[in-house]
Amino acid sequence: MCPPDYFGIEYEINPWMSVEHGSDPARAAAQWQALERTLVDLGVDVDLMTPVKGLPDLVFTANAGVVFRDLFIPSRFRFGVRQGETPHFEAWARSRGFEIIETPEGMNFEGAGDALFCGDTLFAGYRFRSDVRSHQWVGERLGVEVLPMELVDPRYYHLDTCFCPIAPDAAIYYPGAFDEYGRAVIRERIPTLVEVRAEEAQSFSCNAVVVGRTVVLNQGAPGLAADLQRLGYATRTLDLSEFIKSGGSAKCLTLRVDGEEAAAWKDAAP
Amino acid sequence: MSNAEKKTGAVDEIEVRGHIVDSLLLPKILDRILQMGGTFEIHECKIGARRSDPSYARIAVRADTPEAVAEIIGDLVEHGASPLHPADARVVPADVATAFPEDFYSTTNQRTQVRVKGRWIDVDDQEMDCGILLDAVVGSARCIPMVHVKVGDPIVVGHAGVRVLPEERPRETSLFGFMSSNVSSEKPKAVSLQGVADGIRATREAGKKVLLVGGPAIVHTGSVPHVSKLVREGWIQTLFAGNALATHDVEQSLFGTSLGVSIAKGESIEHGHEHHLRAINTVRRLGSLKAAVEKGVVTSGIMYECVRKGVDFVLAGSIRDDGPLPDVITDVLVAQDRMREAVKDVGFALCIATALHSIATGNLLPAWVKVVCVDINPATVTKLADRGSFQTIGIVTDVEPFLRSLAAELTTERAPS
Repeated sequence: MCPPDYFGIEYEINPWMSVEHGSDPARAAAQWQALERTLVDLGVDVDLMTPVKGLPDLVFTANAGVVFRDLFIPSRFRFGVRQGETPHFEAWARSRGFEIIETPEGMNFEGAGDALFCGDTLFAGYRFRSDVRSHQWVGERLGVEVLPMELVDPRYYHLDTCFCPIAPDAAIYYPGAFDEYGRAVIRERIPTLVEVRAEEAQSFSCNAVVVGRTVVLNQGAPGLAADLQRLGYATRTLDLSEFIKSGGSAKCLTLRVDGEEAAAWKDAAP
Repeated sequence: MSNAEKKTGAVDEIEVRGHIVDSLLLPKILDRILQMGGTFEIHECKIGARRSDPSYARIAVRADTPEAVAEIIGDLVEHGASPLHPADARVVPADVATAFPEDFYSTTNQRTQVRVKGRWIDVDDQEMDCGILLDAVVGSARCIPMVHVKVGDPIVVGHAGVRVLPEERPRETSLFGFMSSNVSSEKPKAVSLQGVADGIRATREAGKKVLLVGGPAIVHTGSVPHVSKLVREGWIQTLFAGNALATHDVEQSLFGTSLGVSIAKGESIEHGHEHHLRAINTVRRLGSLKAAVEKGVVTSGIMYECVRKGVDFVLAGSIRDDGPLPDVITDVLVAQDRMREAVKDVGFALCIATALHSIATGNLLPAWVKVVCVDINPATVTKLADRGSFQTIGIVTDVEPFLRSLAAELTTERAPS
């Protein structure tokens, strides 16, 4: 995670952002700290990055890149305003002993924001931020199956805003963010699915962090919380409204370095 | 819709690789092409064996205009397709007259295109065993025979920027659908004959010409009245033959014999061997077959009907020709060019009992022209197919019963019943 010392809304690169409305730094700091405390409480070992002035979105560490065992594939951001983050994410990964593999130039790839493991398969979102070809390239380099799915609603511009694997065979997702092919892929490949209602998807409830059998998510999704409880999951709801103003929530604020809870390779991680 | 119509419009190729099957990207791309008003043809498809294995597909995208194709491909790129950007065709100016530059592209009889400034253009005058003359400024390309090359002609070299669009096998069951090109004397003749007759009718209805390539056996076997009838009733527009067919035909008209043998009795006539040379001499003295017909000397037969009907005939000479008749073109390269000119707009070629003339014609015809080869000798039929005219349908049979039945089939139907 990266503390929100310099977090703010300084530009608009998704429908959630409004420079005019801005965010409240004090509230943002408090919300971020509550998330960190919750994760530590759940037994997560949190590694912190140093914030950088002028990079307000560095807090969204999910977009740093993709981690696979001891490999780190850094993001190649679509928008220039975020491209300055990449050297900092790379420096962090290098300092933690990851081998860094860069995607070819000319391809956009926005890391764990658009590429999430569920079981052995890497589910990937494309259209608004990442290119479909970058996903195929990543799949080839990692030797895993990758299933790119087109995102069709600009409010759900990253895959992690509308899709969240919770176990190797289970995921929550908001169908309205995908086209028919994408929905068909998810239904075909994931046996247990929790559909998120449109109004609850708007509160960024798919942008959740899964730790064991606990799902940490933004408040405002009681239906989803009840569905998860029926499946035997505990939920922790937090107020992350200041970050939602920027188009991110719990998941966006974290990058799992030992594999998503749902990633099949997690248990085999060194 | 005919194949020719299906091949019109603009076309470009894309490739897509990765986990395109389980992610439904491949069906999505194909659906997008159709939704945007295009059509596709999968040229290559390799499906990964295991889930982690990538798949690959190479797809031709076709639409009415190059702009429409570009728009479709622009959309497909978003879904992971990459346009295949092969190099433009490379040309080298001919450095020797009547010869191609080294490494020239050698043509087939299949529909061919060359890429010029990023766009595919059709090669005109498609003919096998030629080179391609490419005018990049005008944006035109055509097949050119070796002997016509002039110093400085831009000739396509190498295979880059050249592609062949193989002729599709006809899907309909009529016409040629029932016949394969396998040669056999044991096919039901009536069915084969019906197919040939239907093919000739369809060709005429489409406004295309029917070409007859004939050998002297047509005369020897007593088939002249059948062929004469076909010509007279407008089923043949072009005739290719050698000195022999025309000479025996005239001999029969003048003396009732073919190489001295009475067609009516099947017996040798006394001094009959002279008839052949006397027939040639008669025509030579008059100057041409046309003159012989107009002066009322030749009054029947195939050549008579051809002259009367204005059928375009090309008689090509050979080393063992007697005479020959004044109409015979003795320079083979000139004869080739006359044949080249005459096969334009031919939609159906009927090759009867002649090996070399059939092969020569087959070499000049593009693959989309139907060819039927009839011969008592299976080797003649296979020879034509073996030399690349794979579209040839072979019928192994006596030519006289075949032509008798064909004439009956085509000409009686037109008579009021």
